[in-house]
Amino acid sequence: MTTPAISAATGLADPMISVIGLYKSFGDKQVLRGIDLEIGRGESLMLVGGSGAGKSVFIKHLIGLLQPDEGNVVVDGVDLTRASPEVVLELRKKFGMTFQEGALFDSMNVADNIAFPIRRHTKKSEKEVSMRVRECLGLVRLPGIEDKMPAELSGGMRRRVGFARAIALEPEILLFDEPTTGLDPINTAAIGDVINQLRSELGVTAVTITHDMNLAGKIADRVAIIRRGQILLVDTPERFLESDNWFIRAFLNGEVPEEDHP
Amino acid sequence: MVEAAARPAGIVGWLDHFGSLIIRALDDLGRFFYIMASSVMWTFRRPFDGAELMRQMVRVGWDSIPVVFLTCLFTGMVLALQTYRGFERFHAEGFVGSVVALSLTRELAPVLTGLMVAGRVGSAMAAELGTMRVTEQIDALYAMATEPIHYLVVPRVNASILMLPILTLVGDAVGIIGGWLISVGLFGANSYLYMERTFQFLEVNDITSGLIKAAFFGLTLAVTGCAKGFYTSGGAEGVGRSTTSAVVTASLYILLSDFFLTKILF
Repeated sequence: MTTPAISAATGLADPMISVIGLYKSFGDKQVLRGIDLEIGRGESLMLVGGSGAGKSVFIKHLIGLLQPDEGNVVVDGVDLTRASPEVVLELRKKFGMTFQEGALFDSMNVADNIAFPIRRHTKKSEKEVSMRVRECLGLVRLPGIEDKMPAELSGGMRRRVGFARAIALEPEILLFDEPTTGLDPINTAAIGDVINQLRSELGVTAVTITHDMNLAGKIADRVAIIRRGQILLVDTPERFLESDNWFIRAFLNGEVPEEDHP
Repeated sequence: MVEAAARPAGIVGWLDHFGSLIIRALDDLGRFFYIMASSVMWTFRRPFDGAELMRQMVRVGWDSIPVVFLTCLFTGMVLALQTYRGFERFHAEGFVGSVVALSLTRELAPVLTGLMVAGRVGSAMAAELGTMRVTEQIDALYAMATEPIHYLVVPRVNASILMLPILTLVGDAVGIIGGWLISVGLFGANSYLYMERTFQFLEVNDITSGLIKAAFFGLTLAVTGCAKGFYTSGGAEGVGRSTTSAVVTASLYILLSDFFLTKILF
């Protein structure tokens, strides 16, 4: 038995991302079960839900890292599920994605990590590249660490360097995969500030996966909750916190029902 | 994967086990050919990363010289030692140089170089790509509009194809010198005659076919290492499994393909 979405459609006139009827299974395990969601240009959407609810699988579909069994993902007018691999590769340049542990290349220093997409996809001179690297590190409030190796950085710093690398090509869409999980409150607050700053300075569309409702209140225009591969509710953070849906109340109180344990 | 506890008993269980082994082997082979075909396709696409190719050539080639040097030197020495003692029985000691040279160039240098580099470099490729897979660095490459096969696999495969024949040439030379050292130094053979016999029966085709084999082994070990790393799952334990499996599988592929290549080339 599936729970119907309370409010999924937004009727946005010009959505940046439209997800229509998305289904995905791995073997016998059905992870996504008919997700419909629209994300507007410049909007910050926060996706919450328990472990194993399908959040990471969902976000990977947005950038074409996974192909759905059924359904469509339309980004800026291009259907990722029908586009050729070349088009998908080109479309990914519009994205910046950050990963849970930063996913920095550990054989490269911080500067080379951030410079990687710039060198790969632009014809900028080395001087321009290092200027952009400095700029990006300034945006994530980590100036002067260009020569450090990823192993020398703390967890919070690694993630922020990951942010710097994600914005190096000035993307239109930023995807954050659990940016604050496992961080102390000070680092969590710092990450929230950085995300807000990136949004206000770059005007990007942002999709963030998190368990952290404090972060939701701070950076999200809308919050979507995913349960058992379906969107249960999409609404403003304020209305989300006031929702009387039993599962959302349980989620907010940290009481995930037995059947939702991964 | 089939759980051991759930496996039926008797002949059905045995067939079940045998079937799952075949499926796994075919799965491995499918991944091998997919990675090989993809790397061929991406080799001709821009951007060409010359710096990364050079870096990999140093890792595969230059850094492997000591291990290839020692392996082939001692193989040449032991080959001379064995054949000298054997040939002495029917007074054919004069042909030791020819036997050492032919055995090394046609068979031992390419195969031993392939096996040693598979252990040294193929395993490192599997470990490196496996770690990148489990720490989401490969996903990060995709997210940065970079095809991981293009950036990671192509330079490793091409460097191996280019460097294995060069390493084999080094192995040929060092092995022949090893044989000479034992024959002349230990058994008191005539140095001039030994070298003359070494090259008397050696044809260009003996050397070139050995080098063709070596290039093929380079392709095999690099594609196996990269495929094992690329499809790693299961965290640190998975990386360990991929690394071991890369060496075992690459060695097996090298030995199996050696037979067929020898049949075709000689």
